[in-house]
Amino acid sequence: MIKDLVRLKSKGQNTAKEIVSFNNKKFRFSDWFAEKVIKAVAFLSIAIVILIFIFVFREAFPIFKMDKKEAVSTELLVQESYGGAETGSASVKTTDNQVDNSNKIQATDEKPSSTLLSKTWMPVSDNPRYGMWPLFLGTLKVTLIALLFAAPVSILAAIYTSMFAKPRIREIIKPVIELLAGFPSVVIGFFALMVMATVFQNIFGYASRLNGFVGGIAMGLAAIPIIYTLTEDALTAVPRTFTEASLGLGASRRQTAFYVVLPAAVPGIFAAVVLGIGRIFGETMIALMATGNAAMISMNPFDSVRTLSATIGAEMAEVVFGDTHYNVLFLIGSLLFIFTFALNALAEFYFKNMIIRRYQSKK
Amino acid sequence: MNRNVKDTIVEGITGVSVLLIIFIIVSILAVTIVGGWPNLNWTFLSEFPKDGMTKGGIFPAIVGTAMMTIIMAVAAVPFGVITAIYLAEYASEKSVIAKTIRFAVKTLAVVPSIIFGLFGLGFFIGFIGKNMDGLLNGGELKWGQPNILWASFTMALLTLPVVIVSVEEAIRTIPREMREASLALGATKWQTIRRVVLPGSVSGILTGTILAVSRGAGEVAPILFTGAAYFLSDLPRSLSDQFMSLGYHIYIMSTQSSNVDATLPIQFATTLVLLLLTFSLNAVAVTLRYRIRKRAK
Amino acid sequence: MNDFKVKVKDLSLRYGTNSALKNISMDIPEKKVTAFIGPSGCGKSTFLRTLNRMNDLIDNVTIDGEVYIDNINIYDKNIDVVNLRKKVGMIFQKSNPFAKSVYDNIAFGPRINGISQKSRLDEIVEFSLKQAAIWDEVKDRLFNSALSLSGGQQQRICIARTLAVNPEIILMDEPASALDPISTGKIEELIHELKKQYTIIIVTHNMQQAARTSDFTAFFYMGDLVEMNRTEVIFSNPGKKQTEDYISGRFG
Repeated sequence: MIKDLVRLKSKGQNTAKEIVSFNNKKFRFSDWFAEKVIKAVAFLSIAIVILIFIFVFREAFPIFKMDKKEAVSTELLVQESYGGAETGSASVKTTDNQVDNSNKIQATDEKPSSTLLSKTWMPVSDNPRYGMWPLFLGTLKVTLIALLFAAPVSILAAIYTSMFAKPRIREIIKPVIELLAGFPSVVIGFFALMVMATVFQNIFGYASRLNGFVGGIAMGLAAIPIIYTLTEDALTAVPRTFTEASLGLGASRRQTAFYVVLPAAVPGIFAAVVLGIGRIFGETMIALMATGNAAMISMNPFDSVRTLSATIGAEMAEVVFGDTHYNVLFLIGSLLFIFTFALNALAEFYFKNMIIRRYQSKK
Repeated sequence: MNRNVKDTIVEGITGVSVLLIIFIIVSILAVTIVGGWPNLNWTFLSEFPKDGMTKGGIFPAIVGTAMMTIIMAVAAVPFGVITAIYLAEYASEKSVIAKTIRFAVKTLAVVPSIIFGLFGLGFFIGFIGKNMDGLLNGGELKWGQPNILWASFTMALLTLPVVIVSVEEAIRTIPREMREASLALGATKWQTIRRVVLPGSVSGILTGTILAVSRGAGEVAPILFTGAAYFLSDLPRSLSDQFMSLGYHIYIMSTQSSNVDATLPIQFATTLVLLLLTFSLNAVAVTLRYRIRKRAK
Repeated sequence: MNDFKVKVKDLSLRYGTNSALKNISMDIPEKKVTAFIGPSGCGKSTFLRTLNRMNDLIDNVTIDGEVYIDNINIYDKNIDVVNLRKKVGMIFQKSNPFAKSVYDNIAFGPRINGISQKSRLDEIVEFSLKQAAIWDEVKDRLFNSALSLSGGQQQRICIARTLAVNPEIILMDEPASALDPISTGKIEELIHELKKQYTIIIVTHNMQQAARTSDFTAFFYMGDLVEMNRTEVIFSNPGKKQTEDYISGRFG
C-alpha cells in the first residue's frame, strides 16, 4: 500500500507543485473576458428601457415639430387626408394646391396637435381629428370598472388564503389562482366576447353587447392574479409576532386580520393595486375584443368604449409609416409608457420605502 | 352583532371571493374545452385553413407560434441567464448599478405588451431593418417590414424579465458552501460559475425558458404589427417572412372575420389548442419551480 | 524561523465596525498539526478563514496586518488569491461535496488546472482517494453521486478532493463536528497520517480532539489569541488562567 502510494505519487503529482506560486497576480483571460461580457450584457436591460423611451418618443415627436413649421405641416396634412381616406399610402405625393385649396385652409386651422385635446377621435377622414379625450375617458372608465371588480375580490381572496385557510387548502388555492396569470389575454378576451358579453346582456339587458362593463370585468380578470399574489405576499410578510401577540390577547382571527395584519400590510397592498392598475391600463387584446371599440364620450358603463392601448392595436396595422396618424399612435404609446413607468416607480420606491419604515419603526 | 357571527360572515365573504375566482377559472376552462373539443382532431392540427379560412385547420399557426417562440427563446435565454448571473454573482446588493438594472428589469416586466409592439415597429423594423436594407440590399425592401425575426425579437424583450427572475431565483438556491468549496480548491470565480453554479441552475434555466415560451406563445399585442399575418398559404421559409400565430388567429377569427358565427368551432378549437399549450407548459414550469424551492429549504 | 510555514503579524479583522479579531500574532510550524480552540464566537474560524483569504468573499470585512506563508505576505496587493487557495486547501464544517459523482468531485481540482487526460485524472483520483483512506470504500462506486455516501465518507471525499489539488497547507474548520464517533475517529487517524506531508491547521470545539490530534494548540477568546504552545503544555500546564478555566470546563 505504501509502495503503491509512493509509485502513484511520483507519477501523479509532479506537475502541480511548480504551477503554484501566488506571489504574482496572474492574468486569466477567460475570467477577465467572462466578467466583461457578463457586465456588458447585464447593462442591456437598462439599454432596452432607454431605447424604448427613445424610439417610442422619437416616432411621436414629429407632431410637436409640425406646430412650429406650419407650412410643412399643412402640406403633410393634405397628403395624409388623401392617403388615409382613399389609398392608404402616403407615397402618393400631392402638391396640387388648386384642387385642395379649401381643404388646405381648413387644415391650417386644424393643426394635428391642436386637435389632440378635442372631443372627437376621427383619424381616418378628409379632416382627421385626433381628439384623445374620448380615449382617455374610455380608458379611465374601463380601468375603474376593472379595478372595482378585481381589487376587492383579489384582496379578500388573499386575506382568506393567508389568514383563514388551513395550510393544506392554502397549498391548493395559491397555485390554482396563479394559473389565471398563465391564461393568455387573447383567451380571456375570447371568453369575454363569447360568453360574458351574452350572459351580462341577458342579466342587465343593455343595448350594445360589447361595452365598457364587459371589457372592464374581463380586464379585471387579467389583473386578479397580480393583485392577489402581491397582496398575499404583503400579508405573509407581516411579522408573525404581530399575529401571535394579537391572538394571544384573545382577538379572533378576523379581528387579527383586520385590525393588525391588514393595517401593517397596507403599503404592500397599495403597491399590488398600483401594479394591477398598470396591467389593466396597458391591456390591449381584451380591450380590443370586448369593449366594442367606439370612441365616444359617455359616462354610461354599458356604452361601448375605446381605450388608448386598443386604439394603437386596432389602428397601427392600417396606418402609414410616418404620417400624422402614425405619430399620434406613438404619442399614445408614449403616454402609456410614461404612465406605467411612473406607476412602477411609485410601487417600487414609495411603497417599498413605506414598508421598510413601517416595520423598522415597530421593531 | 355577536362576535362569532361577525367572524363567520367575514370569513365567509373572503372565502366566497376565492370561490368566485376559482369559478371563473373553471368556467374559462370548461367553456373552451366544451366548445373546442368536438373540432379538435388530427386534421384540424395538420391542415392549412381552407375556403377563405372558414374550413380546414390551423397547422401554419401552430408552426408559426412554435418557430416564433423558438427564435424568441434563443434570443432571450442567453441574455436572461447572463443578466441573472450578474445580479446573483457579480453585483453587490447595494451598488447603484445593480439597483438600476433591477429597476430596469422590473420596468420591462410591467411595460404594456403593446408598447413592445410599438418599439419593435419603431426600432427593429423602422430603424434596424430599414438601415439593413439600405446597407445590404441597396434600399430594396426586405428587412424593413414585419417578419418573424422582428416579431420574435420583440417578444424576446417582453419575456426577458421572466427568464431573469427564474434563473436568479435558482442561482440563489445554490448553497454558499458549494461556491466556497470550489473557490477553496483554487477555482476562479468564472470556473466556479461555469462548473458549479450553472450546472446547479439547469432546472431554473429550464423553468425560465418554459415560462418565457408559454408567455410568448400566448401574447398577441407585441406581434400585431411586427410580423403576424392574417393568412399565409405557405409556412415561413426565411427569417424575413411573416408568420401565422395561434393567438393572432383567435383574435382575427373572432373579431375581423366576415362571418364570425360560421367559424365558431374553429375559434373554440384554436383557443383550446392555445390554452392547452400554455397550460401544459406552465404546469411543467410550476412543478420544476416547486422542486427548486423545496431544495432551497 | 524558517521552519514556520505560516507567520501572522498583528492581524485584526472587523465586520463593519465590529471587531472580530484583535492583533493576532502567531507562528505555525510546518508539517505539524496546530489546533485552534476556544468558545464559539471567539474568532477561531474567522481567523482560519483569513489564512486562505476566504473572508474576501464576505462584504464589509476589513483586515489589517500581515499573514506570511512561505515568507510571502498573502495580503499583499500582488497576491494571486486563486493560486494561494491551491496551496492552502480548506475542509469545511459541513461536508460539501458537489452534486456530482465521486470521481468528478475529486477530478474537479485537476480539471480546473487544465488536466483533461483521462489516464492522468484516473491516477490522481485513485491516489487522492487512497491518501484520504477511502479508496476501498468507494472504488466500486466512483461514478455514483457523492451525495449518496454517508456523512463521514462525504467529509473524507472532501479531504481527498482537497488533496487532489496538491496543497501544502490544509485548513480544517471543525471537520468532524457533524459526524458520529466512528467517522470522527477515522478523520483523526487520517489527520495523523496527513501531517507527514502537510501542514494542518484545525479548528475544533472538542478539546479531546485537539489533545489527541494536534502538536500545537492555540486558545482564542473574544477575538484575542490568549496563548499558544505545545499541546501537552496547554493541556497540562497552561500559562493563563483563562485557558485553564476553559480547558477544565469552567466556561464555554
